Amino acid sequence: MKDAFGAPQSLLVLGGASEIGLATARRLIARRTRRVHLAGRPSPALDAAAAELSGLGADVHVTAFDALDPGSHEEVLGKVFAEGDIDMVLLAFGVLGDQARDEQEPLSAVRVASTNYTGAVSSSLVCGAALQRQGHGSLVVLSSVAGERARRENFIYGSSKAGLDAFTQGLGDALHPCGVHVMAVRPGFVRGRMTAHLPPAPFATTPEAVAEAIEGGLRRRSEVIWVPGRLRPVMAALRHLPRPLFRHLTAAR
Amino acid sequence: MPVPPAPATTSVTGWGRTAPTTARLLRPGTYEEAVEAVRACDGRGAIARGLGRAYGDAAQNAGGAVLDMTGLDRIHEIDAVGGVVTCDAGVSLHRLMEVLLPLGWFVPVTPGTRYVTVGGAIGADIHGKNHHVSGSFSRHVRALELLTGDGETRLVTPEADPELFWATAGGMGLTGVVLAATIQLLPVETSLMTVDTERATDLDDLMARLTATDHRYRYSVAWIDLLARGARTGRAVLTRGDHAPLEALPERARRAPLAFRPRRLPAAPRPAPDGLLGRTTVGLFNELWYRKAPRAQRGRLQKLATFFHPLDGLPDWNLVYGRSGFVQYQFVVGQGQEETLRSVVRRLSTRGCPSFLAVLKRFGAGDPGWLSFPMAGWTLALDIPAGLPGLGALLDELDEEVAAAGGRVYLAKDSRLRPDMLARMYPRLDDFRSLRARYDPRGAITSDLARRLAL
Repeated sequence: MKDAFGAPQSLLVLGGASEIGLATARRLIARRTRRVHLAGRPSPALDAAAAELSGLGADVHVTAFDALDPGSHEEVLGKVFAEGDIDMVLLAFGVLGDQARDEQEPLSAVRVASTNYTGAVSSSLVCGAALQRQGHGSLVVLSSVAGERARRENFIYGSSKAGLDAFTQGLGDALHPCGVHVMAVRPGFVRGRMTAHLPPAPFATTPEAVAEAIEGGLRRRSEVIWVPGRLRPVMAALRHLPRPLFRHLTAAR
Repeated sequence: MPVPPAPATTSVTGWGRTAPTTARLLRPGTYEEAVEAVRACDGRGAIARGLGRAYGDAAQNAGGAVLDMTGLDRIHEIDAVGGVVTCDAGVSLHRLMEVLLPLGWFVPVTPGTRYVTVGGAIGADIHGKNHHVSGSFSRHVRALELLTGDGETRLVTPEADPELFWATAGGMGLTGVVLAATIQLLPVETSLMTVDTERATDLDDLMARLTATDHRYRYSVAWIDLLARGARTGRAVLTRGDHAPLEALPERARRAPLAFRPRRLPAAPRPAPDGLLGRTTVGLFNELWYRKAPRAQRGRLQKLATFFHPLDGLPDWNLVYGRSGFVQYQFVVGQGQEETLRSVVRRLSTRGCPSFLAVLKRFGAGDPGWLSFPMAGWTLALDIPAGLPGLGALLDELDEEVAAAGGRVYLAKDSRLRPDMLARMYPRLDDFRSLRARYDPRGAITSDLARRLAL
C-alpha cells in the first residue's frame, strides 16, 4: 500500500533497464519501496539493473516483457500482479529512433510508433485493469515534451508520444472513479544514453530530476507533471505560436 | 483487454484524507446481514468502519468490502442502577452521552471527539484525558459479540476468552467485526466540569507540573506550542478537570444538572486551499491560544463538550488542511525516557513543523490489549499538513528515536509507519498474527492498514 505521502511499497517498471525507470526506483527504494518488478527484454543491462536495486535492499524480480508483442502482455503482466498488489506501475519504455533513417525506411518508423504507442496502449490497459481490481495504485506514464507540438527534427518520435499522452489522459479519466491514479510525465530533453549523440537542447534535464518530480507528483496525486516545471508555461506559449513562426524558430536551431 | 466498466465502488479515506482507495461500501442493518457480508467477501476481504475518525487507512479496504457499521445502532439494555449498557457496535459515544447523561452515567473513556463508535473505540482501544486514572476504553468492556473471519459469532469476555478479547482490544478491527458490547459506565452528578487551567513556560516546567499534580485530577492534558523556540520551547497550557459535583453548580443550573446540548456550527463547505495552515497562520494562532489562556485559574465550570471535544463543534474540520490532507503523529515513550520526548519536541520546533496545538499527556499503567497503544509514560500527538516537503523522512527519523527508547506510535492515527518498525514497537505482534490465522484461516478480515504494515 502507498503511505500518506504517496510513497509506494511495491513497484513495477515496464522498460526495466531505462535510466529514468532506475533513477525513480532508486529514489523510491530510499523511502518505502521494498518489492520491485523490472519488466523488459532480457539483456545484461536488465540484469545489472536488478543487481543494483537488490544491493539497495529491495526484493527484485525480473520479468521478460516485450513492448512489441502485445499478445503476450496479459499473461506476462498478469503473473506479476498475481504475486501481490502493485502500488505503482511506471511505464518507462520507449525508443527515440533515428529521424533521418526512419523517414527513408517506413518500417523503422513503424517500429518506433509500435513500441512507443501500441505497446504502451496494450500494457497500460492490462495494468490499469489490474489496478482497478485491487482498488488502488498509480500508473505513471513517461510522455515527452516532444508530444506537445510536432517538430521537423523528431516528428516520428514526437507523434508517438503525442498519441501516448492523449491516451494517458483519457485512461486517467476512465480510471479516476475507480481510485486509480494516472499521471503523465512530460520531461524535456533528458541527458542520458538515448540522447548521448544529440546536441543538448534548452531546458535539458536529467533522469534524477525526473525521478524527483515523479516522487513529488505521487505525493500531490498530480495528473500531469512537467520536468523541469518551467517547461509548462514555455510550452503553453509555444503551442499557440503560428506555424510559420514556429517553423522558422525550430529550423533556426 | 478492455477496461471493465466501473463497479459500484466508493473512494474511502481516513480522517486525514490521505491515500484514498476504493471499496464496495456495504451497510448491514442486522447481524445476519453482517455475517452474510463477511461470509460472502472475496479474496480482498472486508473490514468494519464506524464514523471514519481513524486518521489513516485502518478502516479502508482497497478492492474489497468496507462494512459501514453505523446502521447497527441499537441500544439494547441499560442498567441504570449498576451503570452498565449493552449496545450495537455502531452506536456513537455522542449517542451514548445523550441517552446516559440524564440517567447520571457517563462513558468511562472518551477521546477528543464524541463521534466515534463503540466498535471503533474497542478496535483502537482508545484512551482519553483520564488514562492515568482509568486506563483505556477496553478495560471497561465487560463483554463483546465478535463476528470472526470464519463467519462465526462469538460472545467474548475478558474472563472466559482473554486471548481473543485482548487481541481484539486495540486490534484495529482485524480479529473480526465487533457487533455489540457491554460497557461499565462512570457515575456523574452533573454534566459540567470543574476545570483548572495554568500555563507552563517551557517543556521542563510542563513535565514537572504534570508529574507533581496529575494524580489530583481525573482528567489532565496539556497543549504545547510546537512553534515556540529557544527558551520557550515546549511552552504549554495545562487543562485539568473533574466532573463537577452537584453542590458546585450555581442555583439555576441545579434545576437541570445533567443537561447535555452541545452546539455544532455548520460544516466547512469544501477543502480549504492547500497551504492555508502554514507557519505564519499556525504560529499566530498558537501565540493567541497561549496568550488567551489564564496564567492560573481554578474551578471554572465548563460544559462537557467544551472540555472534552472542542473540535466537534466544527464538523468536517479536517477539510481545513486542504486537498493533500494531513497526518497525525502520536507516539508514547515510557517513564524515564523524558530525554527522547525533549529531543523530539526540539526537533519538531527547530524544523518549524506548522502543527496546531500539539497535545501532551501522561499515561498511567499500560493496558492488556496486545496491540494497545498506551504505556506508562508520555504521549505527544500532533497534526501536520501532509503536503509539507520532507515530512515523511522527518517522521521516519522520529520513529527511530521513539523505537530506540522502547516507545511506539498509535496505529489508529498512523498512515505512514515503516512496516519493519512495527515489531520493534509492538512486541506481541507475532501472537496477534497467529491468533488471526487461527480465527480467520482464509483471511476474510483485512484492511489497507493490515496490508501496509503486514499485520
